[in-house]
Amino acid sequence: MSVVTASSRTPPANTQGEAVIETSQLTKRYGKFTAVDNLNLTVHRGEVFGLLGPNGAGKTTTILMLLGLTEPTSGSVRVLGFDPTREPLEVKARVGYLPDAIGFYDELTARENLAYIARLNGLPHAEAAKRIPAAIERMGLGEVIDHPVATFSRGMRQRLGVAELLLKQPEIIIMDEPTLGLDPEAAHDFLKMILQLKQEGITILLSSHLLHQVQQVCDRVGLFSNGRMMISGTVAELAQRVLKGGYRITVQASGPVDAIRRALLALPGVQKVEQTQPETFVIHGAHDLRADAASAVVNAGGRLYGLDVEAPSLDEIYSVYFKEATNGAGS
Amino acid sequence: MAQAVKVQSTAAQPASQARRRKGSPWTGLWAVVAKEMADHLSSVRMQILEVLILLTAVGTVYAVMQGVRQTVGQDPFIFLRLFTTAREPLPAFVGFLSFLVPLIAISMAFDAVNGEFNRRTMSRVLAQPIYRDALLMGKFLAGFFTLALVLTAIWLLVMGMGLLGLGLPPSGEEVARSLIFLVATIFYGGIWLALGLVFSVIFRQPATAALGALAVWLFFTIFWSMLASLLARVISPVTYGTAQELLRQIEVEQALSRISPNTLYVEATLGILNPAIRSFGILLPSQLEGAIIGAPLPLSQSLMLMWPQLTGLIAATILLFALAYVLFQRQEIRA
Repeated sequence: MSVVTASSRTPPANTQGEAVIETSQLTKRYGKFTAVDNLNLTVHRGEVFGLLGPNGAGKTTTILMLLGLTEPTSGSVRVLGFDPTREPLEVKARVGYLPDAIGFYDELTARENLAYIARLNGLPHAEAAKRIPAAIERMGLGEVIDHPVATFSRGMRQRLGVAELLLKQPEIIIMDEPTLGLDPEAAHDFLKMILQLKQEGITILLSSHLLHQVQQVCDRVGLFSNGRMMISGTVAELAQRVLKGGYRITVQASGPVDAIRRALLALPGVQKVEQTQPETFVIHGAHDLRADAASAVVNAGGRLYGLDVEAPSLDEIYSVYFKEATNGAGS
Repeated sequence: MAQAVKVQSTAAQPASQARRRKGSPWTGLWAVVAKEMADHLSSVRMQILEVLILLTAVGTVYAVMQGVRQTVGQDPFIFLRLFTTAREPLPAFVGFLSFLVPLIAISMAFDAVNGEFNRRTMSRVLAQPIYRDALLMGKFLAGFFTLALVLTAIWLLVMGMGLLGLGLPPSGEEVARSLIFLVATIFYGGIWLALGLVFSVIFRQPATAALGALAVWLFFTIFWSMLASLLARVISPVTYGTAQELLRQIEVEQALSRISPNTLYVEATLGILNPAIRSFGILLPSQLEGAIIGAPLPLSQSLMLMWPQLTGLIAATILLFALAYVLFQRQEIRA
């Protein structure tokens, strides 16, 4: 849970930051199949942006176009001011990429694998010799630096992948499904590591379909479906738009039950008040109404025993949004 | 919908005009070459084949030396005999090479590209600041250099054994002829290397790629000569049994058989290693007028004789590599 507090403590990246990734009307077709459909995406410097959506929604294709690994059918991309189609080397020298299924040369050691990457990046030998052990050390793989990667677990490979990113010292890191296949503890550590990278000023774009994990680290998210980005914004914004808030405040109070209920209903931003037990009320509200609810209960002559808030979850937003979207399309 | 498609195509046009890549396509080439060469030289697969080729070299050369000791004084091209003489039950060393070199080349290339996909290293490597060109070219050059290294070492070994066993140094012409033979052998390997690369781009399964490449090799080594003679009979039938007709048929058959890199290689090696050879086809008596049968040709004439074969080997290598290159450039990176 410390991750949640960490993310809520850091202020969400504001939209004033310089845009480091910008796509406009970006489209990719494979024959008749449209993988990415008129995507307009902007990611600002220093923020963590999450591309969310089911498998096959076009997230990986988008990432490949950002890196210049596949050519867009139409539309434009700018990454750090460069066009990945025409200047892929400039882009790839500044952007680190962690693919979803990460592989290494099994017969080589961790150090040798990174040494190859360092040479491909044109790092001077002396510099690489310093950076490689430092990066591997930092990812907690110092003891196995000279072991062949064949002996590594999935989590260790993932960390070696991040060590490779650190080696490049990129301005932007793009991760495709970074927590997929990690056990809960490893996933937790990984999310913590993402926040550390963010602290260092690195912009991070990650794709995932594991919404609850992404919610913990992303400043802004974009929901993908069938090649389109349906909505984007901070989790709170999305909750506001999709769930009309999505906060659930549980109030335990005794006293004049009807009066309390009326007082709670009269609060601004309250959508619904349910009485789940004789002395328990659940308020559905647009924002965190705890303080208002507390004074309302007291003013209505009640005695307050408990107050609890449940922030909106991305899972909920996602399922509600797509239910509405499909209903809307049906009607 | 139709309108949308139209808008699409007009929007794509300026994009294609502006599609000029920046940066050198060879960035990172030598890093790839160094890594791949290290892989080849340390791989068990290569070591087995190296031992095999070493044994055949030692075996055949030793057998030849047992036979030619007596004639050392008379034969001016005794060193070339080390490569070409067959002593029962062993075939000549060039025979072994025409068999083993394709095997080595294919074994280095058949999993070059699909192996990267299967190990899931492709997207990681291509996310580094290099073009695909450097990766494929690097893989080809690494195989080519490895081949050159191994074959040169074998060449030196044979020459060294000759020096020790025969007790006299090779003449300048012998060194020159055997060096040209070495170049022809390396490019003969280059063809199979490039072919292996093509198959490794086409097939995702390394086993399929290996079998495909080996099938092509077998086809050309064993079946193509039979097919060539059958086809020649169809294309240029002998109806009246005239000399012209017979000659034409033989010429057609020869032209067809030269599609096979094996034929090119065998002819090239014969032409350069056997100075007495004047033609690969039939010699008419009129062409032999004034010639002394069995007299050696000078180096320049032998070179001229095998020049088409040598350039054919080089051209086939380049063409096959170009094919692999085009296929690889068009491939989608996501597996």
